[in-house]
Amino acid sequence: MSRFVWPLVGFIVLVGFLAFGLTLKPSEVPSPFINKPAPSFTLPQLASPEDTFSPEAMKGKVWLLNVWASWCYACLEEHPVITALAKTHGVPIVGLNYKDIRGEAISWLERHGNGYVLSVSDTQGRVGIDYGVYGVPETFVIDKDGFIRYKHIGAVTDSAVRDTILPLIRELEQ
Amino acid sequence: MIAELGHFSLILTLFVALAQGCLALAGAARDNAVWIAFARPAARAQFLLIIFSFATLGWSFIVKDFSVAYVAQNSNSQLPLLYRIAAVWGGHEGSLLLWLLMQTGWAYAVSVFSKQLPDVMVARVLGVLGLVTAGFLLFVLLTSNPFERLVPAPIEGMDLNPLLQDIGLIFHPPLLYMGYVGFSVAFAFAIAALLAGQLDSTWARWSRPWATAAWLFLTLGIALGSWWAYYELGWGGWWFWDPVENSSFIPWLVGTALIHSLAVTEKRASFKNWTVLLAISTFSLSLLGAFLVRSGVLTSVHAFATDPRRGVFILMLFAVVVGSSLFLFALRAPKVGMGGRFELISRESLLLVNNVLLAVAAGAVILGTLYPLFIDALGLGKLSVGPPYFNAVFIPLMVPALLLMAVGPVANWKSAKISALMKHLHVPAVVALVVGVGAPFLLGRWSALVALGLALATWIATAVVKGIVDRMRATRTGLRAQPRSWLGMHLAHLGIAVFVAGVTLVMGYETEQDVRMTPGSTVSTGGYDLKFLGVNKAQGPNYVADIGDIELSRDGRVLRLLHPEKRSYISSEMPMTEAAIDANGLRHVYVALGEPLADSAWSVRVYYKPFVDWIWIGCILMALGGLLAISDRRYRLKRRERKAALVAAGATA
Amino acid sequence: MKRWWLTLLCAVIALPSWADNGAAEKRMLDIAGELRCLVCQNESIAASRADLAVDLRQQIREQIQVGKSDAEIRAYMVDRYGDFVLYRTPLKATTLLLWFGPMLLLAFGLLVLATTLRRRKSSVADALLSDDERKRAQALLAQTTDNGT
Repeated sequence: MSRFVWPLVGFIVLVGFLAFGLTLKPSEVPSPFINKPAPSFTLPQLASPEDTFSPEAMKGKVWLLNVWASWCYACLEEHPVITALAKTHGVPIVGLNYKDIRGEAISWLERHGNGYVLSVSDTQGRVGIDYGVYGVPETFVIDKDGFIRYKHIGAVTDSAVRDTILPLIRELEQ
Repeated sequence: MIAELGHFSLILTLFVALAQGCLALAGAARDNAVWIAFARPAARAQFLLIIFSFATLGWSFIVKDFSVAYVAQNSNSQLPLLYRIAAVWGGHEGSLLLWLLMQTGWAYAVSVFSKQLPDVMVARVLGVLGLVTAGFLLFVLLTSNPFERLVPAPIEGMDLNPLLQDIGLIFHPPLLYMGYVGFSVAFAFAIAALLAGQLDSTWARWSRPWATAAWLFLTLGIALGSWWAYYELGWGGWWFWDPVENSSFIPWLVGTALIHSLAVTEKRASFKNWTVLLAISTFSLSLLGAFLVRSGVLTSVHAFATDPRRGVFILMLFAVVVGSSLFLFALRAPKVGMGGRFELISRESLLLVNNVLLAVAAGAVILGTLYPLFIDALGLGKLSVGPPYFNAVFIPLMVPALLLMAVGPVANWKSAKISALMKHLHVPAVVALVVGVGAPFLLGRWSALVALGLALATWIATAVVKGIVDRMRATRTGLRAQPRSWLGMHLAHLGIAVFVAGVTLVMGYETEQDVRMTPGSTVSTGGYDLKFLGVNKAQGPNYVADIGDIELSRDGRVLRLLHPEKRSYISSEMPMTEAAIDANGLRHVYVALGEPLADSAWSVRVYYKPFVDWIWIGCILMALGGLLAISDRRYRLKRRERKAALVAAGATA
Repeated sequence: MKRWWLTLLCAVIALPSWADNGAAEKRMLDIAGELRCLVCQNESIAASRADLAVDLRQQIREQIQVGKSDAEIRAYMVDRYGDFVLYRTPLKATTLLLWFGPMLLLAFGLLVLATTLRRRKSSVADALLSDDERKRAQALLAQTTDNGT
């Protein structure tokens, strides 16, 4: 045996890594913003463009920033979950309407319901870039001091709300 | 009904393959002539059954039977016939069926071209191949059945991925799979030899043409993929170090090491363990590539849609095939003899160094490809390993390998004298130095990398030419009288030289411009003027296209019109680019349409790519070299002659 | 003499505008070529046709215009998307093995080669063809003859 066993040993280690790799999601890139202050911005509100909104206005609350757009299919999929989170659990959710046309965004909300505290228009997608958004929808959990604590990439599901997002919000509210 | 027949035929093949694998191997172990005799007809039956399955799937595509889920997912009624046929292997399930077709096809070839081999050896080889086939059949039948029905049947199918609707992509997978799967033959020979405890130069001689054949297909497959990416992705790159490209390149590197190592084992009965390990590794790495592409552990533009069950299954298949082979290797390798002796400076040593360099290069590519996965698995975050890394580690490893390439063929077996090497190589060395230092001046801009690349290419090419001329003079014979395997080696080496020259020149002197063009505006590149005339809409069978009109001229003389396209397929949101290329063997003028801008202006990408064709010409020469080598008459020796050859080998070894 | 001055003057005036378009665009492509697009994850930002890549190319252009250095632009991207965005993997504790791995492999390979060659030299010296091998060769020959027709 001796040195001729080494290829087998190396191979077993490799298979171990590959097996573990199967449980990972390669396309999800963790946000470098976790536990960092949420980037500041000032954007016009979707409903009333003459008014602006900044994240500082939410100081003292645990809130969600949900990136959505009327052209985004997965947003429609997650929308009932987001609305339920706002209405039944009373979580304040701010919508970041990403690279959208104002009229279409407003009628989309009329059609599918609006659980947002308010939505802001990021027509150029600049704020999206500052938040490292690369796939809509994305959802950020922001704490009382304005720090990002969690980022969910893709459509928020019921199980993600139940197992991760709500427990985290309750913990941050303590 | 037709699809069910295809499905049934697959199930039948599974039983034949299992029976063949078990009976042939057991027969070989117990010396049961009847069981041994079962191997050849069983291999042929499997091939015929898979051809039948394949044909039924093809038929379902041709008659647009969208009740077959795979057909509905990968074609629609507007897709032209040619692409409907190519769509048979355009998705995961069908490409596995293609894999099986190749797998059983190679086994069929072994059963036909093995008349001069002992039957018991053939039974072992076919038995191993049968078990591998059975593994893949299980994979197809349990997780990826291409014949699954949709109830109710949709009226219209989706579409073939627009990226794949291209002539290059019709032939790319078959060639690549011929290579991947072809290495299973060399693998099966190695396992058969380990099982029999007969690792000797006859084993090497038998498996050598098979390894070379697989290698030449893999070479062509990779080259075609690179050519496709070059004109289809629209920004003039020909190699991206993408995980999928890497997973075909890794077996190529190890396979290249294998065909060199087999040469030593055949001629000198040395490095037997190492050669066996390479034969096992080459096929194992082909399987690893299949795993990486189909399991979704790495992201890639080329990757198939993924399903976790498939990943688990193919990993299990990989673990069983490779694990048992390496276990067998660990058991049997210690008993293998050393083979003929050789000095520190000899062809054997040089080939061994070449093997180390190729294996390390393959190791580096594996490391870079899998590193993001390792880091992620260890919970250390996500990172990317891209072209800058691969270029930085790969090129330095290839420089010494290229230097040795000219030395190996002129070094004597057993013991080479430095003075003799000098005598052979001083001319190539001088020519290489002159060209390396001088040519960049003539081409306009001197750079050390261009000088190095051109010197290496010239060094190899001159050594090849001088080697052939010297031999013809010494033996007073013509080119056609030389042994074909020897000529094949030189042709393949010449291919490398052409390839290196192409890569060097295109990297050193290419220019790229991303310009805004309005109708009537011109841009010049490499001494040519390109006048943008405008863009017209056109309707294709299943897409709409913007077709640009660009006038190519030189010194005021109009040469031709170029028509770069940008297509929007009905089924896909991503626009596809079709670059327009003016080629003359020495340079490409490459134009691709970017995005439409305001005022009927377009952003246009214009590239001038000197000698870029040489990259693929080099690959074709390499493959032709392989073809020449396997057509050597000594592989077609009749049994009686072989006996004489064996006795002679025994006497000289 | 006068014309010579004129030419030079023109060149000096012409230079900045040419540099703004050509050189800055080239610089943008060089930077973007080594950044990974997060939407089509296996393309660079320079190559990708995805919306986000178009936006990010524009970002880079603007940052070049306001005089940011290449390193600052890269840092801007890493701040937002993490190390994942860098095709040129940064050298740090977790990537030491990546960057030095090939060198270690080469050293290891050459070491194994050297020891193998030394061992061969001492052990192969006498036995040109071992008895075992000769027996096997003969057995093989016999077999070939037996099966002959």
